[in-house]
Amino acid sequence: MQQKTKIDAEDGKQELVITREFDLPLELLFKAYAEPEIVEQWMGTKVLKLENKKHGSYQFETSDAKGNVVFQANGVIHEFSPNHKITRTFEMENTPFDVQLEFLEFEQLTDDTSKLNMHIVYKSVALRDQMMQIGFAPGINMAHNRLQDIVSKLK
Amino acid sequence: MNLRRDVFQAIADPTRRAILLLVASQSMTAGSIASNFDTARPTVSKHLQILTECELLEQNQNGREIYYHINAKKMKEVADFIEPFRKMWDDRFNKLETIMKKYKSNK
Repeated sequence: MQQKTKIDAEDGKQELVITREFDLPLELLFKAYAEPEIVEQWMGTKVLKLENKKHGSYQFETSDAKGNVVFQANGVIHEFSPNHKITRTFEMENTPFDVQLEFLEFEQLTDDTSKLNMHIVYKSVALRDQMMQIGFAPGINMAHNRLQDIVSKLK
Repeated sequence: MNLRRDVFQAIADPTRRAILLLVASQSMTAGSIASNFDTARPTVSKHLQILTECELLEQNQNGREIYYHINAKKMKEVADFIEPFRKMWDDRFNKLETIMKKYKSNK
């Protein structure tokens, strides 16, 4: 079985590319990025602002069950070309991590399938590696954690 | 063949992860591994075969018994930090796909 989502992160480079093929028509894939209510659903965050235009900006905020804000991010949109391309910056607030530049390219494969190419450029190689290490924190499952504990003991 | 990809497929299965946890501390025979699961013995054998093919497990013949133990070197590749990051995006995109498929059928 081939993996649907691929990460291409060469050693020693300050960028990475995420590619994914979707069983969705191009228009629906793009809509998932353009409509705030839909972004909220799959990103699991509240969208405070999303201005889909050149020089527009966006703001995400995530709260825990008690209502404490646990995550805030924002960015500026440099290019918004429907069903084709979004160029934007992304920055996590209240963290030591510098802003990153994201190029999102949307491509039609067939009438019912499409592809997303997400090219992210970081300030440095070290920052890219760090972001890959912390970027997954909420999504990881217990078994995988335990496995990693064991592996780190083996080293 | 992309060996790395196969390794990650191997650990994507919960039973196979449990097997790796079991043999992480000691070598075990297929029988003693299988006794830890409700799953049918041939199913466990199949999991052992996949883990062995991916070089996550190694076999040692001791008399008539074959013992399985973990391949530490290969396990380090699993700990490679790219995989959890990839998994996070994969989960996110799966969700996007599910939401938009519903969206389409509701229209």
